[in-house]
Amino acid sequence: MSVPKPATSSTLSANKIRPRRSLAKTEAIYGLSCVALWLVGFLIFYLVPMIASFVFTLFNFTLTEPDKASFIGLANWKRLLFEDPLIWPSLGVTFKFALISLPIGMFAALFVAILLNSKHLIARDFFRTLFYAPTMVPAVAGLLIWKGYLDPTTGWLNRIIEFIFRFDASGAQGVQWLNNENLVYIAYTMMGIWGIGNAILYYMASLQSVPTDLYEAASIDGAGWFRQLWSITLPMISPVIFYNLVLSVIGLMQFFITPYILNGGSGYPNGSTYFYMIHFYKQAFGFLNMGYGATIAWFMFLIALVITLVLFGSSKRWVYYAAGDR
Amino acid sequence: MQAQHATNTRPNRKSQSKETQTRVLKSATFSLTLVILFLYLLPFLFSVVGSLKSKEQASDPNSPILPAVLQTFVYQGEKLDLYRVPLEEGDRDLALLKRGRNQSSFVDPVAPDKAPVVWKGAWRTLSPAYRVAPQWQNYPRAFQFISFMRLLGYTLMYASITTFAAVSSAAVVAYGFARFQFPFKNTIFILLVATIILPPQVTSIPTFAMFYKLGWIGTWLPLIIPQFFANAYNVFLLRQYFLTIPRESEESAKIDGAGPVRIFFSIVLPQAVPALIAVGLFHFFFAWNDFFGPLVYLSGNESANPLSLGLFRFNGLYSSENQLVQAASIMTMVLPLTIFFFAQRFFIQGVVATGVDK
Repeated sequence: MSVPKPATSSTLSANKIRPRRSLAKTEAIYGLSCVALWLVGFLIFYLVPMIASFVFTLFNFTLTEPDKASFIGLANWKRLLFEDPLIWPSLGVTFKFALISLPIGMFAALFVAILLNSKHLIARDFFRTLFYAPTMVPAVAGLLIWKGYLDPTTGWLNRIIEFIFRFDASGAQGVQWLNNENLVYIAYTMMGIWGIGNAILYYMASLQSVPTDLYEAASIDGAGWFRQLWSITLPMISPVIFYNLVLSVIGLMQFFITPYILNGGSGYPNGSTYFYMIHFYKQAFGFLNMGYGATIAWFMFLIALVITLVLFGSSKRWVYYAAGDR
Repeated sequence: MQAQHATNTRPNRKSQSKETQTRVLKSATFSLTLVILFLYLLPFLFSVVGSLKSKEQASDPNSPILPAVLQTFVYQGEKLDLYRVPLEEGDRDLALLKRGRNQSSFVDPVAPDKAPVVWKGAWRTLSPAYRVAPQWQNYPRAFQFISFMRLLGYTLMYASITTFAAVSSAAVVAYGFARFQFPFKNTIFILLVATIILPPQVTSIPTFAMFYKLGWIGTWLPLIIPQFFANAYNVFLLRQYFLTIPRESEESAKIDGAGPVRIFFSIVLPQAVPALIAVGLFHFFFAWNDFFGPLVYLSGNESANPLSLGLFRFNGLYSSENQLVQAASIMTMVLPLTIFFFAQRFFIQGVVATGVDK
């Protein structure tokens, strides 16, 4: 994180007439009153809820029956870790999907960015706008479009597969994108690829910041396109790869809207789309089970924290920060 | 080798062959990008085409790709279906007059006075004749069934109020961080950035309980009020931008006796317009898209739903009429996509600024 510049010296010299201390005081008052707006919000919407949320995990507390709330110690945690039959399967589903969708999504974004950044490509701005456009489509609308597109009988994807590979992909016996326990992850991944616009832009910006003399030197040394990509481009943009990775991991831990919109959180087919956040939503806002819901949320927070820390730890080995770069 | 040899004899050749090579590379890159883009956007096309189909066609897997209706022909007061009949002179669209297992007779709609054509073969093997006919009325129907105006009204209200709230509150807080020294400034700033990483689920339950106590469930207040207290992302982006604004004019204004409030409004804000627009657009699109917030707070009050939730419900009610679902989906994305296409310069710069500065 960048540290704010101590740039007030010039301000002070401009007002030398007034005593120094009172000036610093006025400045502090102005600064604090600006920031106070956020501090109040932080108190009401972050700090107090966070503490309350942790306290809730120790209580049996249903919102509709506040009088019956009772302190139950670590019973919620015991239920979560050992008794709830849906916690571990839903975590498993979340991780399985992340392992499939993360590499595909990261690769797709990088691939498109490299393509759009090619010096041989004409009309780059036109392509960039259109590749970004699906990211602007409201999530519900985008998911319903994909649902129709992947329909086994009336969708287009199966017709295209049928046309290219010449086998009966369409119809009742066709490829069941959303009804098959494994294919559903591929289907969700495809839907997710409509949201890679930001990642593409980050990659494009960092690709443009790689110094061209590195490529010139490499090509004098006889390095081909792929060698340059591997030895120059990827290391130089690794901070952005890392940033996108962290964002994607956090996003995937909270994966919710897609399964909720496509099947209402039923887990269809056969529990394979019963994600962790679906379980959280049902407990917290379906049954208004505030105590247990808060426990589920805290457990997820802890897992996300551990994963983020591991990623940051690993970053020392593979993320290249140029000297002097913060 | 050959090219090198040629270079020695005619120096012009090398540059020429290089030019050809570049041209080939250029058209290859362009075609590849175009093909990928086409596949990437194909679901859009599917949705547009699907939204113009009739209900019958939308659920018929054997129907043509384009919106089309079955052709019929009125012959002597009777409505006949048209089929594509393979005759010796080629395929013709004929009206089926008499059905038979082994042979059927057909009327030619172009010349109905002629004697019926007899075709040998099972009529069931024939494919029906379609005529391209987009069903534009799907749009007014979906518009009415989903109560589009009401959903749009709430969405616009939510998006515009909170965009104003988010931009103005973030600008004030960012100004504080960018221009003043005060105690615990760094600690407060680190706390601010930390809230970005905090998963919203952790705070969502007590917040929900608080709004429940206040009796605000089923109203828009829980979604609007918090936006007046500055979001960390927006503060961060605006602070970075404010720091890049040179201070000379602020200092001369100060010497002229302008206070921090006047400097903020008349010097800092006018210079930060691109960043303010970017933050405003981010928030507007976020609000337009927001599904989880309205789902939690407004599920029980259907009459105050936004577009995202309304479309979700609509899909549940009309899942058998995909053409209406597609039409409604397209209607909800028209405004954000239009704004994006017109304001994309600001928007894309803003995305890059947030992503690269971290």
